[in-house]
Amino acid sequence: MQNALQIVYLIPLLPLIGFLINGLGRNYLSKPVISLVGCGTILASFILSIWVFIQVRGGNTFDPHYFNFISVGKLVIPFAFKIDQLSSLFLLIITGVGFLIHVYSTSYMHEEKPEHFGRYFSYLNLFVFSMLLLVMGANFVILFIGWEGVGLCSYLLIGYWFKNTAYNKAASKAFIMNRIGDLAFLIAIFWLIAKLGTVSFSEVFAATNLAKLKTLDITVITILLFIGATGKSAQIPLYTWLPDAMAGPTPVSALIHAATMVTAGIYMIARSNVLYSMSHITMDIVAYTGLATALLAATIALKQNDIKKVLAYSTVSQLGFMFLALGTGAYVAAVFHVMTHAFFKALLFLGSGSVIHAMSGEQDIRYMGGLSKKLKITFITFLIGCIAIAGIPPFSGFFSKDAILLSAYIKSPVLYGIALFTAMLTAFYMFRLFFITFTGSFRGTEEQKHHLHESPAAMTIPLVILAVLSIIGGLVGVPEAIMHGGDKLTAFLSPVIAQHAEHTVAHSTEYMLMGLSTGLVIVMIIAAWFIFRNYQAKEATGLGKVLENKWYVDEIYDTLIVKPLKKLGSFLNDIFEKNVVDGMVNGVGKLVNYGSRQMRLLQSGQVGAYVLLMVLSMVVFFVIQFFIRK
Amino acid sequence: MPINYYIFLALALFSIGVAGVLTRRNAIIIFMCIELMLNAVNLLLVAFSKMHHLQMATTNAVAGTDGQLFVFFIMVVAAAEVSVGLAIIVMMYRNIHSVDVNFLNRLKH
Repeated sequence: MQNALQIVYLIPLLPLIGFLINGLGRNYLSKPVISLVGCGTILASFILSIWVFIQVRGGNTFDPHYFNFISVGKLVIPFAFKIDQLSSLFLLIITGVGFLIHVYSTSYMHEEKPEHFGRYFSYLNLFVFSMLLLVMGANFVILFIGWEGVGLCSYLLIGYWFKNTAYNKAASKAFIMNRIGDLAFLIAIFWLIAKLGTVSFSEVFAATNLAKLKTLDITVITILLFIGATGKSAQIPLYTWLPDAMAGPTPVSALIHAATMVTAGIYMIARSNVLYSMSHITMDIVAYTGLATALLAATIALKQNDIKKVLAYSTVSQLGFMFLALGTGAYVAAVFHVMTHAFFKALLFLGSGSVIHAMSGEQDIRYMGGLSKKLKITFITFLIGCIAIAGIPPFSGFFSKDAILLSAYIKSPVLYGIALFTAMLTAFYMFRLFFITFTGSFRGTEEQKHHLHESPAAMTIPLVILAVLSIIGGLVGVPEAIMHGGDKLTAFLSPVIAQHAEHTVAHSTEYMLMGLSTGLVIVMIIAAWFIFRNYQAKEATGLGKVLENKWYVDEIYDTLIVKPLKKLGSFLNDIFEKNVVDGMVNGVGKLVNYGSRQMRLLQSGQVGAYVLLMVLSMVVFFVIQFFIRK
Repeated sequence: MPINYYIFLALALFSIGVAGVLTRRNAIIIFMCIELMLNAVNLLLVAFSKMHHLQMATTNAVAGTDGQLFVFFIMVVAAAEVSVGLAIIVMMYRNIHSVDVNFLNRLKH
């Protein structure tokens, strides 16, 4: 009997078709057609994803094998998909949130020329396609194709307004940073091939194969994979591209931050959880890197004045939380946070897009203020997003963040303390952003004030849907302590992510931790209210200035890496190239020239001289024959 | 008679030929020296052929005859060469009124 999931190939294929139609027909199609193709293909994928999800929920997993992608000697890499609990969940997030962002984009980008509009939607579709390929792939190579695809699409979309040099630089930065991580990812794949001769998830994670790997191998492979993840998911030290990725249109930021791209690293590690659980060193590295990133990004977000930059750093910080969860073995919590984060971060970004739209392109929150009166829907949905990310029950962020904090607590109270502090900072900077933007008095120009308006329905409806999801999205993972059997997500993912019988904490402790984090978050929100409700811009000093300049990390990278590389480049160009390489090339020519001029003197034209040479050389041959060869 | 004598004679003839070709400038003398070298080789071939025949006659009646055949070939080739060479020398004399090979260095330019 044919599997009911036979048609899963349509899920990535439809966005690819949409990409081709919009990409090839961008000069001929009108904007409504482009919008219809762009959104329609994703909607169809979404509906299929729901159906797949229902099937998988019923226990029907499916591993279709289409053809052999690479077949060399003993190494066979099939083009195969893996439809199981983890990938079907990600399919839902990607296509669902992706669809809302597509719909939003039709309105947000309506001022673009048709050909650029078509280009934009074709990139968006390609982006979704790559991400779907990434999560559906049944081996590391297919995953890597999607991995590269999202890297490419992020480059294309960040540099969408390609006439602006700064945007192009941001796009290149994102691409290069990702390439650094990708290199490590590739080496990890090669390492796996060298040691096991296979890259399929099912084979690599099989107990017999894992037994063949030495601890050192596992540690190296997992660390290399993690380096790949730091590039894609913006962790220390490769996180600086993500805030710069704000150069792209706002819906693109939402897509990168919520549905696609940055969650790839989390997905990959959650998928490889068997490998990671076997290496304690890597787990510690992942946890500490994640925590450090979360804290660093949260401190930077405290002082940013660009509405999108604040959200960007908050994404970096939340991704840090997810890696903390991965590093402490709470893979489900990480996936849970990916999901809730996708809802509220997409909501916040689209909300910020709505604000920017109303402000005619102004992104600096110092020139906003009091927007709550004019942008009612945006105001309310943005507030919901802020509450969700701050983590107040029963909003979605609370449950996922609480699960992460709990796993950090089980690992070590110090980790918990720092994570809790970061969560407090999160609440503070999010509500700083919220109060500065939406309360107080308007600080922009009269013209902007006159122009303020609520966004059209195509933009507000996705906001409302995402707001609803941000409120209820956490209910799939209600901790055991609150409601028995409430943690449906863990149960759902249990075939993919094995549960460890690790020591748990008493329910009373759990209540205490929840109460503590909620209480502190509320305190931070109230503090933000008192400080920022009547915000007046003033020059930052001292530590504030350092934070405003992002700890000068970009400058440090510039000094330590970019400038020496440029110096090396100019040295190689000006000195090595001109003297050594050119010298070698010209030297060969000169040598031949000189040599032939000398050889020419032998051509005397005298018959006697030729004969003499002939006789002499024959004598030489005889001598060789007699005395040397024998 | 030992074979050594033939070898020394042939060697002497050949060396005289080589020395003549190297040192003399008159084309006709060079020509004669070349003939000298060819004949030195002929002498050797005949001598070795005879020696070979003497040693192998009991088992092989025609042993060593191929050496003598070669001599005839060389004589034929030498005769042909002489006719061509002398013709060249005649043409050379007509053109430059000399048979000194050192004047024949036009190829250099």
